This record gives sequence, structure tokens and C-alpha cells, in this order.
Amino acid sequence: MPAEPMIVFEGVHKRFGDSVVLSDLDLAVDPGEHVTLIGPSGSGKTTILRLLMCLERVDAGTIRVGGRYLSHMHRRGELVPADEKHSRDVRRRIGMVFQQFNLFPNMSVLGNLIEAPTRVLGLSRAEATERAAELLDMVGLAEKIDEHPARLSGGQQQRVAIARALAMRPDVLLLDEITSALDPELVAGVLRLLRRIGDTTDITILCVTHEIGFARDFSDRVLMLDGGRVIEDGPPDQLLREPRQPRTKEFLAAVLEGR
Amino acid sequence: MTGGWDWAYAVEILPALWRGLQVTLLATLLGSLLAFGLGLVFAVVQRNRVAVLHRVVWAFVQFWRSTPLLVQAYVIYQVLPDVGITLGSLAAGVLALGLHYACYTSEVYRAGIEAVPPGQWEAAAALSLPRSRVWLAVVLPQAVPRVLPALGNYVISMFKEVPLLLAIGLVEVVTVARQLSAESFRPVEPLTLAGILFLLISYPASVVVRRLERRTGAR
Ligand SMILES: Nc1ncnc2c1ncn2[C@@H]1O[C@H](COP(=O)(O)OP(=O)(O)O)[C@@H](O)[C@H]1O
Ligand SMILES: [Mg+2]
Repeated sequence: MPAEPMIVFEGVHKRFGDSVVLSDLDLAVDPGEHVTLIGPSGSGKTTILRLLMCLERVDAGTIRVGGRYLSHMHRRGELVPADEKHSRDVRRRIGMVFQQFNLFPNMSVLGNLIEAPTRVLGLSRAEATERAAELLDMVGLAEKIDEHPARLSGGQQQRVAIARALAMRPDVLLLDEITSALDPELVAGVLRLLRRIGDTTDITILCVTHEIGFARDFSDRVLMLDGGRVIEDGPPDQLLREPRQPRTKEFLAAVLEGR
Repeated sequence: MTGGWDWAYAVEILPALWRGLQVTLLATLLGSLLAFGLGLVFAVVQRNRVAVLHRVVWAFVQFWRSTPLLVQAYVIYQVLPDVGITLGSLAAGVLALGLHYACYTSEVYRAGIEAVPPGQWEAAAALSLPRSRVWLAVVLPQAVPRVLPALGNYVISMFKEVPLLLAIGLVEVVTVARQLSAESFRPVEPLTLAGILFLLISYPASVVVRRLERRTGAR
């Protein structure tokens, strides 16, 4: 029997009011796999990541992460919706980087990097600081350790945000269009960093991006989302070059047009 | 009553007025601390998911805001003893001011909290920060500095409302002025000086608040 996938969605439904965003969604991501989600705006890509972050709740179906239920928990032999404590516990294995960086502006770069490791993982301040320095070195911002986020460029902020997520030693990293808010000349640096993280760690990465070139050489697999479902699932070379579904073809043409 | 301004008398009563003013300032200080603390608790509770608590606080704030401070002070000073809680004039006055103004400061905090972008809450959640850290390390340090000028304005209003507490026997500066004028039959000097003392404090204070407003507005 193959190992349990790192992320599993089974029959997940998600509605906002009357609009169905995800319907009967199945999805599995293996440990260490790099999976890219593509699809038109509003197709539910962000919602998938937000469900994993427990920022939204499923209306039906289940989500498992690392073999444990995230959306649900066992109570007296029954599967019931997870409470906050349970979700937080499972979610601890997941890190997320946002389109808008969302660094804490009231803290220095160092403060951003050590807050969660000291408060959540229980590292000492010295341990957390050492780790923060290593990570900043890796993202090429060692000299900005005492700077405030507002004084950094968008690209630098995003690299700090990546370091902040990595500081929690996640098994899973979620990336939501993390280069979309950047000036074009800053995109390459962030993508280069992601490639390096992909090459040097065994973190499972689920990534939403419109950077088709990046998706092609970074991903092991690409999922095309449309109408709340995965309509095509394949290796990047096939799916991005010779899509089978007309919707995928249209979508890719539109994205490339937009360049 | 003799006309004209009597400098000698004015100088003579100044120490007594100063002592009264100290009581006014003390009541303002303690009342503000209570209003700041309690208002913050009200605001945070109203963001909480415990719906019952949320509604109780909301109802209290609405009710308390729509009754006059004077009535509230009377209730605290004269009705609470019936249920076994007897407070002196200062304690009752501070409690009345603190509760009354907490209903306003809680709205101020709430606006400040709502102005913190949702992305900040989400980033904090994504890092699994415990709720206490989300509030203390992320949300409040961003929300509170922005509302300091508004809080400062309430301190100044409170300062000017302390004389109402003469109704519950608080001997603050206006009470002193009234007593002095009753004893000497010279109301002009004590009341004028009391007014000037208020001006000397509240005017510079409002300049400070305006400066604070400009600074936070510029950020
Ligand atoms: N909190 C929300 N309330 C209401 N509708 C929402 C909410 N979040 C997302 N949606 C809707 O769900 C749909 C999918 O959104 P999203 O997952 O952000 O799509 P994508 O990231 O693929 O562009 C959109 O139509 C969006 O308007
Ligand atoms: Mg999105």
C-alpha cells in the first residue's frame, strides 16, 4: 500500500451563500510533491488554500493533512467537525504565504520571524533568533534583520514572509499568487527562491500561480480548476503544453495573451 | 458685594483651588485608566465568538450610553449602598466616569480594531498564534496607536465633566470655588480662577491631542 498522501480532499463542498465554489472536490497531494493549481479567477483556488488554513470551513466532505483529519475530529468514535484547538494543532504543520505578504508592520523583520517559533513551537529566543538569521541569510536579506517591513520593497517583504513561514518548519507550504502583487522586476528573485526551496527541502508545496513558465519547471503536477472541480490533472509538460480539455486550452491561451 | 477684582483675595484662595484641582485631575486620571481598560475589554469581547457575552456587553454599552453621567453617579453613590457596596465620593466618581466613558472608548477601540486589515488576522492564524498573542502582539499594537487621539479627546471631555460629581460630594475644584464664594460672598475670583485653571489644563491638552492626530493621520 502506498504511503498516505500529505493532503487529501474528499468530496469537499464549499458554498458562500448561494454560490457554490467547490463541489464534490477530490484532491490528493503526496509528501514532497509540488502541485500547482491553475484556473480562472473565482474558480476556488484561494478557497482550497483557505480551507487548509482553517480560515474557512467545509460544508461537506473531509480534509486530511498528514494522515489526520483537519476539518473533522474523532469524538467518542464519531467524526465531528473540528474545534478550534484541533484545527490549530493539525494546521501547525502547514505554512502559508499570501499575495499581500501580510507581514506584521508593528514588528521588525526579526520579530516577524521569531514570534510564532517562540510562542507556538516553544523555542527559546536565542534558538529562534539563530534560526531566523539562517533563514534571512537563505532568502538573501541577512542585513535587514532589524529593519521594519514598511522599509522593504515588495519583493523583500515577500521573501521575509517566505522565511517567516519556513521558520515554523512546516511539512506543507501553501503559496497563493505570491508574485502577483510584485513589480515585474522583483518577480524573478522570489521565483528563484522558491525553486531553491523546492530543490533543497522535502516540503510539500501547493501553489497557485499565473506564472506558467515557473509552473512548468517547478511542479510535479498541475491541476486545472473550473466550476468548483478539478477538470484536468497532469504533469506540467503535458497539461501546460498539450491540454486535453478545451477549457484548459482557453484558459492558458487567455493567460499567455495577458503577458 | 464690593465690585472689582481683589488680587489679594485671589492669591489667598489659590492654594485651596489648587488642592481642589488636584482632586479633579486625580479623578480624571483614574477615570481615564478605568475607561481605557474597561473599554478595551468591551471592544475585545465584542469581537469574540461567545455570542451571549457579546450581546450582554453590547446591550450594556447601548443602555449606559443613553443615560446621563449624573444619574449614573447618583446610582453608584446612593443606590449601591443598598446592596452592600458603599463607596466614597472619589471612588464612586471614578467608577461612574470610568464606566460612562468606557462605553465611548470601546467604540473607539472597535473602530481601531476593524481598521486592522483582515490579512493580519489571517497571517496570525496561519502561524497558529494563540488568541492572546493575536490580540497582544498583532492586532492591538496596530489598532491602539491609531486611536490615541480619539482617546485623548475623551480624557479632555472627562476632565471637564468631573465638576458634575459635586452632586455626590466630591470636593474638586469647582466645589471648592463655590464654597469659597459662599464664605466670602465674593464669587468672581474663585469661579474665574477655577475657569482659568480648567483652561490652563485643557487647552494645552487639546493642542497635544491635535498634534497626535496629525502624526497618526500622516502615517
Ligand atoms: N468570504 C467570502 N464570501 C463570499 N464569497 C466568497 C468569499 N471568498 C470567496 N468567495 C467567492 O468564491 C469564489 C471563489 O473564490 P476564490 O477561491 O478566491 O477564487 P480564486 O482564488 O480561484 O480566484 C469567488 O466567486 C469569490 O467571489
Ligand atoms: Mg485567489
